[in-house]
Amino acid sequence: MNLYTRRLLINRFNLLVSLLAMGFGLFWLGWILYTLFDAGFRALTLDLFLRTTPPPGSTGGLLNAIAGSLLMAAAGTLLGTPIGIMAGIYLAEFGRRGWLAPVTRFINDILLSAPSIVIGLFIYEAYVVHVRHFSAWAGIMALALIVIPVVIRTTENMLRLVPDSLREAAAALGSPQWKVISFVTVRAAKAGIITGILLAVARISGETAPLLFTALNNQFWSLNMNAPMANLPVVIFQFAMSPYENWQHLAWAGALLITLSVLALNIFARVFFRNKTPVY
Amino acid sequence: MSTVANTMEGLARGLSDISTVSKAIPDSSLRRQYRLDQLFRYATRGFAFFVLALLIGIILSLILGSMPAINAFGLKFLVTPHWNPVTEEFGALVPIVGTLVTSFIALLIGIPVSFGIALFLTELSPAWLRRPLGTAIELLAAIPSIIYGMWGLFVFAPVFAEYVQPALTGTLGSVPLVGRLFQGPPMGIGILTAGLILAIMVIPFIASVMRDVFEIVPAVLKESAYALGSTTWEVVWHVVLPYTKVGAVGGVMLGLGRALGETMAVTFVIGNAHGLAASVMAPGSSIASTLANEFTEAVGDLYFSSLIELGLILFVITFIVLAFSKLLLLRLAKQEGQKT
Repeated sequence: MNLYTRRLLINRFNLLVSLLAMGFGLFWLGWILYTLFDAGFRALTLDLFLRTTPPPGSTGGLLNAIAGSLLMAAAGTLLGTPIGIMAGIYLAEFGRRGWLAPVTRFINDILLSAPSIVIGLFIYEAYVVHVRHFSAWAGIMALALIVIPVVIRTTENMLRLVPDSLREAAAALGSPQWKVISFVTVRAAKAGIITGILLAVARISGETAPLLFTALNNQFWSLNMNAPMANLPVVIFQFAMSPYENWQHLAWAGALLITLSVLALNIFARVFFRNKTPVY
Repeated sequence: MSTVANTMEGLARGLSDISTVSKAIPDSSLRRQYRLDQLFRYATRGFAFFVLALLIGIILSLILGSMPAINAFGLKFLVTPHWNPVTEEFGALVPIVGTLVTSFIALLIGIPVSFGIALFLTELSPAWLRRPLGTAIELLAAIPSIIYGMWGLFVFAPVFAEYVQPALTGTLGSVPLVGRLFQGPPMGIGILTAGLILAIMVIPFIASVMRDVFEIVPAVLKESAYALGSTTWEVVWHVVLPYTKVGAVGGVMLGLGRALGETMAVTFVIGNAHGLAASVMAPGSSIASTLANEFTEAVGDLYFSSLIELGLILFVITFIVLAFSKLLLLRLAKQEGQKT
């Protein structure tokens, strides 16, 4: 075999392997989604949305968990988003000089990938221990802390895409800087910032680990923010690990609901705002 | 002299003109806007400080919470394999080893696959397929980890125990030295299963960093190599990879950081056994899975603070790994900035 054929064959082989790697990745996605849809849709009933979580052996739904999840995700987003946007504005608009911005950016990127279970531990230590009971508020705080880095990151990236000529034009018309930022640059980057918020919501909708030590779980219907609150991820965890068949069915149905909403949010964010939205 | 006087006079008139113009905006309004500007800047800076405070708060509260365990066990905590709530003897060796081994397996599989995916997406794929395929891989990262856990436990583990584990024991299990790693009953759950599922979970992170850094390679470099007659593979291996080495390693570190801290998926499939086994088929435990399983059921101060110390160890390890990743990616970005 001469050198050229060998190089050609090596090239062919390696490119084939890369094609296989792509197939390998898609294979798992396909398999996981197939199982989920198969088991999930079979367990999907109207009762799911109308009844609360049952004791083992009897029928029921996931109403309290769905309500708890929606409530906590919404409150966590509401709490975390303004903080994230403000810090993102600082990094993009005022952070071109000085030490604070680079250090914050560095730490924020680390917090973005930090284990979420540690966030749960932190809220436990900082809040739950002092009030001496698990509560929805603690869960909301933990979720907000996960929202913040995501929103900071996307807000900063999106504001940086706004051309400086826009800022200069507004400044030349005599606008003070706060007006330039809030009525020109933030508005120009609005779509991107909303994408970031959507991705943050998608991220916290499936988070289980930080809720284990904060909101815990509640078998009954409860909207009391100072008491443990049911939520889909922890219910899924508890039900899936249980030996009762009807609980496991409910767990699959809940898993399907979570995944569908997370995937829908992700695809929506990616398709409708065709900006670069990194996952890392 | 008179010309100078004239100039001065003209200047003075000009200045008074300017002041009449600026009279149009009252001083009070200018001052108000100036104050609002300052307020706005300080407010945003305050929120940036919040991020720093958050990090310091996390570290301090974890250290404070683990003080009883640190006082009781000292550095011995890191190397003791016992985990006995009854006699209150705690050591972190088993969870630490479990965390490291599962993450290592994840990288062993994840790195080559991610490289292949990045290569496919940047060099091989038709342009119209790039976006949908890239999004599909990124969706792997969007699936909540609890779903990986359930799927791993109910679907993957039985298949793995039925077909893959006996095959592994039959082939690799009889190889000297390495063989011991693959012996044991095929239970489906265990260290190896956890590592495999982690591999699937870190692929999207590593692959999308690699794809992004491969894309920054200047076209001129690649075209030059092609013009010299290189094959696609040679261009990737000898031009693209050396150019983006730092960033690719940064991506791997990011994946490692994710794998180390992954909780729910691992908790479902690792088996949650507190023992050191020679085989990767055996059940084990990781730091995160120990926390998820035992934290809400822990009784006694020492048990509690031992668990918090586990969390502290996990945070410190991931912090170092992620900081390293970030530094590498920043270095690539800086190098990129200098060249263009």
